[in-house]
Amino acid sequence: MSEQSGRAKRARGLSRRRFLKGAASGVAALAIPVQAADAMTWEAFFQRHFREMNDAEKSDVVARLEKEYAEKYGVSFNISTHEALPGVKFGYGLDLSRCIGCRRCVYACVGENNQSRDPQIHWISVLRFRKGDKWVNDLENSEKYYNPETVPEPGYFYMPVQCQQCENPPCVKACPTQATWKDEDDGIVVIDYNWCIGCRYCMAACPYGARHFNWTRPGIPKEELNPNTHYLGNRPRYVGVVEKCTFCIQRTRNDPGRYPACVEICPVGARKFGNLLDPNSEIRYCIEKKRVFRLKEDLNTQPKFFYFFAT
Amino acid sequence: MKRLLLVLLTLLLPVSAFGLEKEVAPIDAAGRSDKEASLPEYFVPPPPFSEGIYPCSQCHEGMPVNPKRRVLKDFHTDIELKNHAEDQRWCLDCHNANNRDVLRLVSGKVIRFEESYYLCGQCHGTIFRDWKAGVHGKRTGEWNGKKVYRLCVHCHNPHQPRFKPLEPKPPPVKPSHIK
Ligand code: HEC
Ligand code: HEC
Ligand code: HEC
Ligand code: HEC
Repeated sequence: MSEQSGRAKRARGLSRRRFLKGAASGVAALAIPVQAADAMTWEAFFQRHFREMNDAEKSDVVARLEKEYAEKYGVSFNISTHEALPGVKFGYGLDLSRCIGCRRCVYACVGENNQSRDPQIHWISVLRFRKGDKWVNDLENSEKYYNPETVPEPGYFYMPVQCQQCENPPCVKACPTQATWKDEDDGIVVIDYNWCIGCRYCMAACPYGARHFNWTRPGIPKEELNPNTHYLGNRPRYVGVVEKCTFCIQRTRNDPGRYPACVEICPVGARKFGNLLDPNSEIRYCIEKKRVFRLKEDLNTQPKFFYFFAT
Repeated sequence: MKRLLLVLLTLLLPVSAFGLEKEVAPIDAAGRSDKEASLPEYFVPPPPFSEGIYPCSQCHEGMPVNPKRRVLKDFHTDIELKNHAEDQRWCLDCHNANNRDVLRLVSGKVIRFEESYYLCGQCHGTIFRDWKAGVHGKRTGEWNGKKVYRLCVHCHNPHQPRFKPLEPKPPPVKPSHIK
């Protein structure tokens, strides 16, 4: 388990308890839900950081959560804790010359990733721009509520935005509890919902508006829940935690692994996904042969999400 | 971190400027590369025929071939060539006259409807190259395993290939409408 200890070392000084102690020693004790302090809550509260857990601890946590979810949702969930595959660094490509702004990706993502329907959370926002306008640096003034009979609309183009899976993610730096981190291997920025304290610093730090907050308990019809989940991905979230796109970690971090849901649904084939380290992947083909750019490159976030123009 | 920077740097270098541009050999469903197999097959779902139309031989077997450009009145009345260089072309440039169940390339070689990408690829070479790499059109399935392509005709009606507009899914709820 040298891999395990290597990971643990990278996760320097992880301790939510230490943070809570330091930040507000008295309040920390009060924060334990004493009234509901049954064994499960107790275990949950003192759960170790994901990157410090060994396999046995992970399977205990998974068993506890699967039980908790079964009781809460009446659905039996499968929670994977798969680690990154060796020799894989994920990259994503989006062809702006094809996207027609139909939003099918938005809803495929909602379904696959158990996003709250009510209140509504969308990990993908599709922005509309007038052709010829200055735009890349003016995302805030784009239109995302467009609703014509059919798309594309003449004179406009569309740019879906989701987590850009930065190599240098400002959200990770902002997190006071290390509840969010970037996997050093496949590069996915993940969140441990059991460590997130809901301070939303990461949301303020993200230049792409890619992080979303659960103001209430997520509202999802039981029959629409996706029971195939990853601990760091689409498992049901709690009230008061932050969530975002994980490149469909529950699908992609597998061998063989499936394409993300947004890639598969796209009717125009604008979305590309693959291994940046594999010279035969479609993402490498895009980077080598097409005009590519990354959003807000000047911020040095180094996204692994590449926009390109096939034509 | 350093490794990625390196990777990205190498990726973003204008490789072609150094004359090193290398054809990425597309891999077909069986894992063969373009260069190994003479006519590689790409794994695709069945062609999107209208119900009952195939096999075409159910009617065309024994029916006289009429190569004349005309408005079809007895059958296929819904087929009109549009936005596809129709002045330079007619049905039997793509469809095979004597066995209607297959398509015909300019070389005279006939191909199955499951391989119609070779027909389109004759004139749309760069798009075909992108398609093979999974970049034009799309592939579904496993990013590191079995992949399924879509035929060009799953997205483009060969007779009127311009991509049809779609109805968008609903816009997000405006923050002011959130209860
Ligand atoms: C650019 C090449 C091309 C030309 C020109 C062309 N076709 Fe086709 N046609 C195709 C291809 C490719 C398909 C297969 C579509 C599929 O796989 O569903 C097809 C499909 C068809 C079908 C089956 C349609 C269905 O409803 O499933 C008919 C009938 C047909 N063509 C008739 C014609 C006629 C009649 C003409 C001339 C007016 C014509 N085609 C011209 C390429 C062509
Ligand atoms: C139900 C019977 C029927 C079926 C099935 C059918 N056809 Fe035809 N097809 C006809 C008739 C009848 C005509 C002549 C129409 C006219 O002249 O107005 C015709 C004409 C054509 C023509 C114009 C050239 C010519 O020889 O007249 C093409 C090309 C063609 N068909 C292709 C196809 C293809 C490809 C399919 C299968 C995908 C197909 N047809 C299936 C009945 C059929
Ligand atoms: C014989 C050559 C030839 C073949 C074969 C051919 N095309 Fe084309 N295609 C053209 C030409 C020429 C144009 C440009 C037409 C124009 O702009 O009027 C075109 C245009 C198109 C366009 C753009 C249409 C638009 O309105 O923007 C699409 C999409 C397309 N072809 C798809 C296909 C598909 C799919 C096939 C195979 C079923 C195919 N083509 C086979 C020559 C060909
Ligand atoms: C997943 C759907 C999809 C598939 C599969 C697909 N295309 Fe396209 N294609 C598009 C879209 C979307 C556009 C852009 C809209 C448009 O211009 O009509 C496009 C555009 C084109 C154009 C217009 C030129 C351009 O670059 O915009 C041609 C030509 C074309 N496709 C040919 C092909 C050929 C040939 C194949 C098969 C080898 C193919 N397409 C497969 C979706 C698809």
